[in-house]
Amino acid sequence: MSTAAVSLPPFQRFLDAHRAEVWRFLVASVGPSEADDCFQETFIAALRAYPRLPADSNLRAWVLTIAHHKAVDAHRARRRRPLPSEAVEGSPDAGHATARSNPGPPHAAAPAELPDGELWGAVRELPPRQRAAVLLRYLGDLSHAEAAAAIGCSEEAARRSLHEALKRLREVWRP
Amino acid sequence: METMTSDLRDLERALRRGPTQGAGDDRRAASELAQRAVREGAADIAYAMIDSPLGALLLAGTRRGLVKLAYTPQGPDPVLQALARRVSPRLIEAPGSLDEPRRQLEQYFSGERHEFELALDRRLMSPFARRVLSVTAAIPYGSASTYLDVARRAGSPRGYRAAGNALGANPIPIVIPCHRVLHRTGGLGGYGGGLERKRWLLELERGE
Repeated sequence: MSTAAVSLPPFQRFLDAHRAEVWRFLVASVGPSEADDCFQETFIAALRAYPRLPADSNLRAWVLTIAHHKAVDAHRARRRRPLPSEAVEGSPDAGHATARSNPGPPHAAAPAELPDGELWGAVRELPPRQRAAVLLRYLGDLSHAEAAAAIGCSEEAARRSLHEALKRLREVWRP
Repeated sequence: METMTSDLRDLERALRRGPTQGAGDDRRAASELAQRAVREGAADIAYAMIDSPLGALLLAGTRRGLVKLAYTPQGPDPVLQALARRVSPRLIEAPGSLDEPRRQLEQYFSGERHEFELALDRRLMSPFARRVLSVTAAIPYGSASTYLDVARRAGSPRGYRAAGNALGANPIPIVIPCHRVLHRTGGLGGYGGGLERKRWLLELERGE
């Protein structure tokens, strides 16, 4: 047994500590129906790599980085599927499961308050790096440097993506 | 400009709050994960907490068999931390994996079962402790032996104290019945789980 493993918490305690935020992150990123698969993939990968982890690692940033990679995979897989992706932006009756399969006309006026599901629909429609920057920063509560490391870009690029993402979201977010 | 800033703050707040869809499903997802982790061999230890007449017990198993049974007066965490350090940190709560030992323990506590038929993982025992505990495992239900006798049978007649220590550190009490080892004078001796529990087990086996 390596000395690094000595002070790692039992995996179950690591899972207890981080499962809620990983779940939220994945629901936000890939949607409720695909979150489950990504969640399983994230923690199985974490479990396999766990004993090799340096004991002083930032476990939260580490597991969110894995979750980010699984979400990227899920988005890629979705784009490869023949059916068009869920279009939720702009439809006034969106935010409900039924609206997903029948996207409303995109020209409808924006509602006074964007329903929860619709904000996240808009987040999911962001370009990959912008989506990751928003989710890692706000839901994952990572620093700019940690978010950049998770995405695999410079801190400057991560900040820029975040800025672009907020600009786009504010076009649809009208409280 | 004022409203722009407050809009942004509202948006940031909504983003921090996260989606409400699927909230609370993480618990179910985590329990599915545990089953899958065991099935795929990604976890090295599965554990379960069970209720018993002697209080909450922690059962832990590896691919080889039951590796640990612990009383948990301080909760499960000290036991889990020791297992993470001494066996593997890949440790997950997967109650379904411990169904067989749980069933046999329930039968034992209700007096229906006198012998356990379980695969054991002895990696938490020193070579000497293995000898002492294998002698102990042969003491029949409802009877008792002495520390001296156990030490002698383990090939170490002078190792009376060492045998006592090995019994006290028994990683799988009840299943390996160290409670059946008493002082020669008839005193109870010691017990890792406390003498109350030792007395209770001996009375159970006498049918009291």
